[in-house]
Amino acid sequence: MENKDSKIKVGWFSFSCCEDNTVVFTELMNDHWQEWKKIFDFRHARVLKSQNVFDEFDIAFIEGAVASEEQAEKVRQIREKSKKLVAVGACAVIGMPAGQRNTFAEEQKAEIEFLLARFAALPKVLKVSEVVKVDMEVGGCPMDPKIFLEAVTKLIGELRPS
Amino acid sequence: MANCGHLNIYFVHTFDLTLDRLTKVEGSASLEIRVKDNKVEHVHFKITEYKRFFTKAMEGKPIVALPQLLSRICGTCSNAHIMCSIEACERALGIVPSEQTLILRALTMYGLNIRDHALHLYLFALPDIYGKDAFLDFDENNPEQHQLLHDAFEIKAAGNFLSTLIAGRSVHALYPAIGGFNHFPDSSGIAEAISKLEAIRPAVLRLIEIFKNSPFHFDRKTNFMALVPDDKYGFLNGRIRTSKGDCIPEENFREHLERVILPYSQAVAYKHKEEAYMVGALSRMNLAKNLLHSRTCDALGSTLDLFPSTDVFYTNIAQAIEILHSIDDSLEILKTKKILPEPIIKGQNRNAVGVGVIEAPRGTLYHKVHLGNDGMVKSGEVVVPTGQNQVNIEEDIATLVNQLIPETPKDKITFEIEKLIRAYDPCMSCATHFLKVRWS
Repeated sequence: MENKDSKIKVGWFSFSCCEDNTVVFTELMNDHWQEWKKIFDFRHARVLKSQNVFDEFDIAFIEGAVASEEQAEKVRQIREKSKKLVAVGACAVIGMPAGQRNTFAEEQKAEIEFLLARFAALPKVLKVSEVVKVDMEVGGCPMDPKIFLEAVTKLIGELRPS
Repeated sequence: MANCGHLNIYFVHTFDLTLDRLTKVEGSASLEIRVKDNKVEHVHFKITEYKRFFTKAMEGKPIVALPQLLSRICGTCSNAHIMCSIEACERALGIVPSEQTLILRALTMYGLNIRDHALHLYLFALPDIYGKDAFLDFDENNPEQHQLLHDAFEIKAAGNFLSTLIAGRSVHALYPAIGGFNHFPDSSGIAEAISKLEAIRPAVLRLIEIFKNSPFHFDRKTNFMALVPDDKYGFLNGRIRTSKGDCIPEENFREHLERVILPYSQAVAYKHKEEAYMVGALSRMNLAKNLLHSRTCDALGSTLDLFPSTDVFYTNIAQAIEILHSIDDSLEILKTKKILPEPIIKGQNRNAVGVGVIEAPRGTLYHKVHLGNDGMVKSGEVVVPTGQNQVNIEEDIATLVNQLIPETPKDKITFEIEKLIRAYDPCMSCATHFLKVRWS
């Protein structure tokens, strides 16, 4: 059992997307940074720090869709290391708009084929829940800040019941 | 496992240096450097975001949907993409926006620049100066660091408030539309914005001093390019000028920007007249500092004499000055202009090409749209700042590494490279969304 006073280990991961949720997250920090600094150990968040640690997470937030097998493997590794996995933003939750090539006409698909091959992209872009089990979803493009905060509050309650 | 990049050293003066993913930048990029006999053989700055094919996805979409679609190219720059796309669409449709619309767009860009530059300067760049890994590691019990923590979030919040008031959201703004705005700020919101913007001015002045006194320097002679306004420093209007004296017409910008295909990168790079060039805050300050708001100039005094500059790290000072100008001009607009609801101007569907050119926070941004008679988009193109800076970034890293070897420890070289790249403030989310099938 975790010490109820120990910090909650958080990972923030970005896959194929415009990273708008990262911006919303850094905007929410404007009001919440003091509280989050006390309760969260941001172990892996490349937008915030260089010395990132990829060992274990109480909460992993994933934004973005999965565009390659390499990304899918990374998502599976995150799942293995995380107690709770939260998909944030439309690309992670429904795979769009990052996966808009999935809806291209055959002719358009043919025109981009050589680029998919060059960078070993998956034939179809996947939402996160098509790769691993997702515990919670915060939709929106960008994610809805209110729902994100509700999700964070709920997770804190579950991980550190007072 | 530490995940901050690694080195493969083969023998003493010949090695490969790989940074598998850069940190404290927008989006995902990696770096591969080969050094042989104490000399850099190649630098590959690889943008590793997967393509999302926006320029292909434009085809066949109704033009009215375009600004919101292209906003999704990049979260942090999204409101700049919206402004640029709207300009391109309006030119294709033959719409001339109202004076008030131009003012609201200027405020949208000011809100964006305040928030975006503050994110870069405090959260990405400042930890390097203070020898910290992360901005949140700053010590609240140290009075100076305590002040900086509070300054950062208050400035960001004020920029965010201005964006939300004028444009509906600081990310993927909802109110700006082709032909005008579909929502207008109320007087209580304007009063609150004035109070918040005035309150952060001292913090911005502190920020400018910090970057002015920063010990980091990297001299780079290059051609600086920016959209230079005719009257007032800003991000939406003007002529594309270079420090070598060229003036590039907006309509046929592509004839002046040469594509450079890098097989190892998901993004495309550009040259002008077969040479690397630089866009961004440093270019704008070098070419247009005389157009800054008078209150900004008065507050800065001799600091403005630092420009024009060829020091890449002065991008940080230029960004901090742009925050101050954005505040000062916003305050003047909000205090003196009365904003009233007005209808959206409608355009005419026709077979036409529209080009939008603006200064995004990181430099000149181009959107081109080819509209059909049926109101549907036939094709389009987007050229973003980071693609234009890529050749410069690679050349500078090679120069830097050549200066540092053989005496400098390899982990220090890695740190110095990341620091320099951060000064360019690259945005990889933006950089990967072009597709031109028949390139050679």
